[in-house]
Amino acid sequence: MGKNYSLPADHELFPEGASRCSLTKFSIWMGLVGAVALWGLYAAFRVLAEGLGVTGLDDYFGFGLWITFDLAVIALGAGAFFTGLLRYILNIDPLKNIINLTVIIGFICYSGAMLILVLDVGQPIRAWFGYWHANVHSMLTEVIFCITCYLIVLIIEYVPLVLEQKQLNKIPVLHHIAHNLHVWMPLFAGIGAFLSTFHQGSLGGMYGVLFGRPYVLRDGFFIWPWTFFLFVISAVGSGPVFTVLIATLMEKMTGKKLVSWEIKSLMGKIAGAMLLVYLVFKFADTYAWAVDVLPRSGLTFDQNFYQTIYGKWLLWSELFLCGIVPCVILLTPKLRNTPALFYSAALLDCAGITINRYVFTVQALAMPVMPFDSWEIYAPNWAEWGATALVIAYGAIILSLSYRYLPVFPQERALNATKSS
Amino acid sequence: METKEFTIKWGMAIDLDKCTGCGACMVACQAENNLAPIADASNKIKVMNWITVYELSNGKPYPEHDVAYLPRPCQQCGHPPCVSVCPVIATDKNEEGGIVSQVTPRCIGCRYCMAACPYHARYFNWRDPVWPGGLEKALTPDVSIRPRGVVEKCTFCHHRWMAAKDKAIVEGRDPMDLAEGEYVTSCTEACPNGAITFGDLNNEDHEVAKLASSKHAHRLLERLGADTQVYYVSRREWVLRQLDNYLEDEKVKG
Repeated sequence: MGKNYSLPADHELFPEGASRCSLTKFSIWMGLVGAVALWGLYAAFRVLAEGLGVTGLDDYFGFGLWITFDLAVIALGAGAFFTGLLRYILNIDPLKNIINLTVIIGFICYSGAMLILVLDVGQPIRAWFGYWHANVHSMLTEVIFCITCYLIVLIIEYVPLVLEQKQLNKIPVLHHIAHNLHVWMPLFAGIGAFLSTFHQGSLGGMYGVLFGRPYVLRDGFFIWPWTFFLFVISAVGSGPVFTVLIATLMEKMTGKKLVSWEIKSLMGKIAGAMLLVYLVFKFADTYAWAVDVLPRSGLTFDQNFYQTIYGKWLLWSELFLCGIVPCVILLTPKLRNTPALFYSAALLDCAGITINRYVFTVQALAMPVMPFDSWEIYAPNWAEWGATALVIAYGAIILSLSYRYLPVFPQERALNATKSS
Repeated sequence: METKEFTIKWGMAIDLDKCTGCGACMVACQAENNLAPIADASNKIKVMNWITVYELSNGKPYPEHDVAYLPRPCQQCGHPPCVSVCPVIATDKNEEGGIVSQVTPRCIGCRYCMAACPYHARYFNWRDPVWPGGLEKALTPDVSIRPRGVVEKCTFCHHRWMAAKDKAIVEGRDPMDLAEGEYVTSCTEACPNGAITFGDLNNEDHEVAKLASSKHAHRLLERLGADTQVYYVSRREWVLRQLDNYLEDEKVKG
């Protein structure tokens, strides 16, 4: 039997019945992404070798681009736990068509966030102290616990997908491991949902408990400030559409249909519903902050904003343009099923959540609390951008390899059948 | 909000009407506590100073213009915003004397405590400490130097208290009953105008306790509830007003 030389050299590794671009084209793409990663690795090396002095962080902005990025990707990566919850626990069956992608994105977001934290923490070798000398009163301890445990869950969820690779799956033991992990998946989805809910919440709680920072200080329920709940709901209100945006980006890059419109629309509807719940609470929270927290701290609403960089436009954008507008689009069937509007809404939704994480991280620190102190401005430098680009490049590499070699999209074959025949 | 109470509560009263902003306290602190000089000190919010002198202005044009200088060490809060947030208990409020500790060998450098502190009293070691020109020979032997990647802050010269207690023990006295002035911080000692008074806030015989109970004494950002152990004294209403945030119609307390 002669070889078919028109197929890519690595075609034996492709998912069953799927076609992929040539290995040369793929290598060029990986080379481009690899170049970005190399730049990021250089930045990471400098940070680890010389210390955080090479970044644009300072004693006012102990948190900056990296923490904003971490919080944003962790929120947007929430598609993984929430879709897992809906698919495996609540049995919303159609979501099986996108669940693999949500797991991969979740894995990338969480492992990427951990990579950033290795750089951001001044003494990364002491990171295990979070377990050894744990302060149970700190929201950050809860974050450390949940984020590390949840990354393990995500790895367990990702492993069966890797083992289902066409060639690996021919090995009986790997096939059985993958099968058995699938059988246990509802359990991991449940654990994942629990862990993820708590650390999304504790990330929000981290800010809400800061009684020395009226910009982020919130009252709450029992030990949890309102930001605890707001961060959870906002994550599930944006994570699903972020997954859809990634799927669509992959479709544009590969020229293939990967996920049916019905599934995308369903994800949009789920995100829209959660966004609505979030907005109700967010408006109530903002009102309570403005009329209660601020006056009792001796501050006016206007004192929380400064020029354009920390202006009110950020708040209004977050609430209206990136809140109400995408919510209305995602919840109105006619608007949701117009692709241009749908994707715009998804982008706005993700942008709104990113603004929220940004202002809670950076604006909170920029604002002077002592009356004689002044607003400070933070701008990340090349080392911070470089390390962030490293994580994005790392994500692109994982996603590209997964798409090329793993059966990520169950609908791919059927959706592209007409096209290829 | 609970405040931890101790038999001895070390505190400070700083008279803002006496402070001229000379910065001697900052220099003394740097030398005493082994703060390494920064190669590039152009970015003032990336420079290590456990005590920083702020300039306050009444904002009025001449001839009503007036300024005040406010030295800001760690406020040693009774209810510290930084302690509960630390994920590894690298900072705590659990020792007699009420000084908020900072355990630098345990600090992981997450900087959450810095985000929590509204006084900007916490500093991060952005780079490895370097003492140029043999300066390391002048280091204070009782104070550990800190590596890069950890947070540090004013400790009220805690090592001086240890030394004073040791001395009392050697002399057969009760180390928990030190005479006033036996233990003072380096900034207190260095202030040429005597603007800083240091002592036990719980001991009515100590000058600091008297000053702290004066109607002219206010604490920084008192309404946030941190219950600080540093008091600021001024007879100027506009100065006292700048020690906390007030809405337009609110009057200065006290």
